[in-house]
Amino acid sequence: MTAATVTAPAEAHAGAPRRSVATRIVDRIGGGAVQVIMILLGLFWLVPTLGLLVISLRTNAVNGAEGWWTVFTKPAELTVQNYQNLLSSGFTTSFWNTVLITVPTTVLVIGIAAMAAYAFAWVEFPGRDLAFLVVVGLLIVPIQIALIPVASIYGGTGIFGSIPGVVLFHVAFGLPFAIFLLRNFFIGIPASLLEAARMDGASEWKIFASVVFPLGKPAIASLGIFQFLWVWNDMLIALVFADTGNQPMTKYLQSQMRQFGSNTDILSSGAFLSLIIPLILFFAFQRYFVQGMMAGSVK
Amino acid sequence: MTERLDGPRVPSEEGTASTRADTPHVQRRLGPSPKVAILFILPAAVLLAVWVVYPIFYSIYRSLFDASGTGFVGLGNYTTIFSDQSTFYTIIHNLWWVVLAPIVVTVLGLIFAVLTERIKWATAFKLIVFMPMAVSLMAAGVIFRFVYEQDPDKGMANAVLTVIASPFASEGYPDARPWGNAKSPIQAQDGAIVTKQQVQAGTPALIPIVGIKQPDVPADAPVAKPAAGPGLTGTVWFDFTRGSGSNGAIDGSEKALPGMTVEAVQNGRVVATTTTADDGTFRFEEIQQGSYTLRLPKENFQASFSGVSWLGPAPVFAPELGLHIVTISIILAFVWVWAGFAMVLIAAGLSAIPRDALEAARIDGATEWQVFRRITVPLLSPVLLVVFVTMIINTLKVFDLVYIIAPASVQPQANVIALEMWRVAFGGGNNQGLGSALAIVLLILVIPFMIMNIRRFRREGT
Repeated sequence: MTAATVTAPAEAHAGAPRRSVATRIVDRIGGGAVQVIMILLGLFWLVPTLGLLVISLRTNAVNGAEGWWTVFTKPAELTVQNYQNLLSSGFTTSFWNTVLITVPTTVLVIGIAAMAAYAFAWVEFPGRDLAFLVVVGLLIVPIQIALIPVASIYGGTGIFGSIPGVVLFHVAFGLPFAIFLLRNFFIGIPASLLEAARMDGASEWKIFASVVFPLGKPAIASLGIFQFLWVWNDMLIALVFADTGNQPMTKYLQSQMRQFGSNTDILSSGAFLSLIIPLILFFAFQRYFVQGMMAGSVK
Repeated sequence: MTERLDGPRVPSEEGTASTRADTPHVQRRLGPSPKVAILFILPAAVLLAVWVVYPIFYSIYRSLFDASGTGFVGLGNYTTIFSDQSTFYTIIHNLWWVVLAPIVVTVLGLIFAVLTERIKWATAFKLIVFMPMAVSLMAAGVIFRFVYEQDPDKGMANAVLTVIASPFASEGYPDARPWGNAKSPIQAQDGAIVTKQQVQAGTPALIPIVGIKQPDVPADAPVAKPAAGPGLTGTVWFDFTRGSGSNGAIDGSEKALPGMTVEAVQNGRVVATTTTADDGTFRFEEIQQGSYTLRLPKENFQASFSGVSWLGPAPVFAPELGLHIVTISIILAFVWVWAGFAMVLIAAGLSAIPRDALEAARIDGATEWQVFRRITVPLLSPVLLVVFVTMIINTLKVFDLVYIIAPASVQPQANVIALEMWRVAFGGGNNQGLGSALAIVLLILVIPFMIMNIRRFRREGT
């Protein structure tokens, strides 16, 4: 805001007593330096992803011979060959597995957490505060703690390796954050709205479904996008609980890392395809994304 | 500050605090019976109990048994963690993560948040820096595997470094060698080139070099000239003429080799050092009369700087300290992912600081640095703490980036607790006793932050 004050034309008339000419020059140069630094930093954050995109659009032979930045002099080398190969490989199955894991998880987390959050926010019951503190505590439990025990439960019930097994694991570990986020939002809903509904004789379910849930949409959107990305991007849970036929993209691509260097085509195009949907979601809903992140920053 | 980041602020479409006015802790006289609550909570409670709470107790129990789960070993798995060298070092590696990554992310986030206030394209910058948050750590790992490729012609990091370093690097002439003819006045010796005969002042030495690749010779390099004048002198040049080859004589068209280091050696000791001029000549000023062997040390013939071995196992300090280059590189990737998180949170905190306080300080004559140091940072400290603690928790749990970025041969130097836990229990080790113990260690490490969260929540008492 200093820059703004300095450049404001009105300032010149007012004669800004405490700003000498020298100060202004220093500020102007400082402003220029800030611009340059920020451009460099911006490039540092942008260029690696750009590099992945270019690599994915060049053949292994070209990538093996020269860096992706030579694309600026040889744009003719670009091809979608890698993507065509990728789509005829096992990657397509893993893409749909990712969808089959992510969508049900997100829906279940929202539904189950919203119900619990409503009770935590608006229904008195003994031990409520203590129970909610437990939820807050569970926010940061490392998932490693559950890998072995849940694997043994799954082994006993026969859902080890299946998509429902992966989904349930995700749902359970998504719940503390989801309940925390939604409860804090629901508690801000004006009590008068709920009381009016109760006086009209509405059931608790009706109040939840037709008053609280619709009013909670902004928070639910935040939670939804956050939860979607979290599950879409997970690798560890998939590594343990999804067998090869049910593996999502992250696990499929991980299995390709062993030949890093020889299968640049699969890795680069697969990694780029895996991140394109999160990026679209991010740019479309970044407001909700940011809100969800802020609300859950204790996680 | 944080209270507002936490709940009710989130929805406020209007962005004002006024929506909160009628919210606080209303007496719920018309509340439904507790039985209803059970129905609402039951699904979540069952899932949390079976998938999260029960496993904590089962892991504690399981960590007291051996790999097969039949033999009780007491705390044996825990003593293994601390006595087995490679397992113990996973904890050390994690500690390095905790020491390095959170502070870098937090400071960077603070710098970004402050600097974005000074540029007009702040929104674009924030989107760019924040973008990696949406990308899977697996994809981020693949991205950085490409960035860190060793060959500067392929890996971007080394490409940038070699370009930056090129003006400072000495002109290297790899593959250069003495003219191989028996009449050659020089010969190779331990990578260096030395004169066969002793040389004296007054007789300029000839040092003809061949074997230099054309691209290494500067196209505009001047023609070599015979040295003249008093003192110990000579010429270093590229003794090659297209068509006639090498002959050990300066023929007036051959290129000089400037920037070569030349040493005068007497009785095995370097007594003087000089550098060749643009025309390839050199001269030792103020050197005593006598006979010397001239030597072009091997540094002249080493390839120029070709980048850092980003994913190499080389230790940064003493090897026992357990910090390796590969860890630094992976931490940089981690910073790339998380800086946006820090920036956005801190920027939100920054925008909540009352402008009046800052302006008042400026009018009182405080410099920008003083304003930043004495007002901005103290007012931001709650947010900075949230970011810092979140990063500590993330570094303790770090898994994907290490697993994807570290090449198989360097995994032992990069290994962390979460990765070792997976490896031991599922990734081939099949030792669920030791795996459970490692998971418990991880849990114990995050428990202080769990308590912190609970305390903070109770204090803010929503």
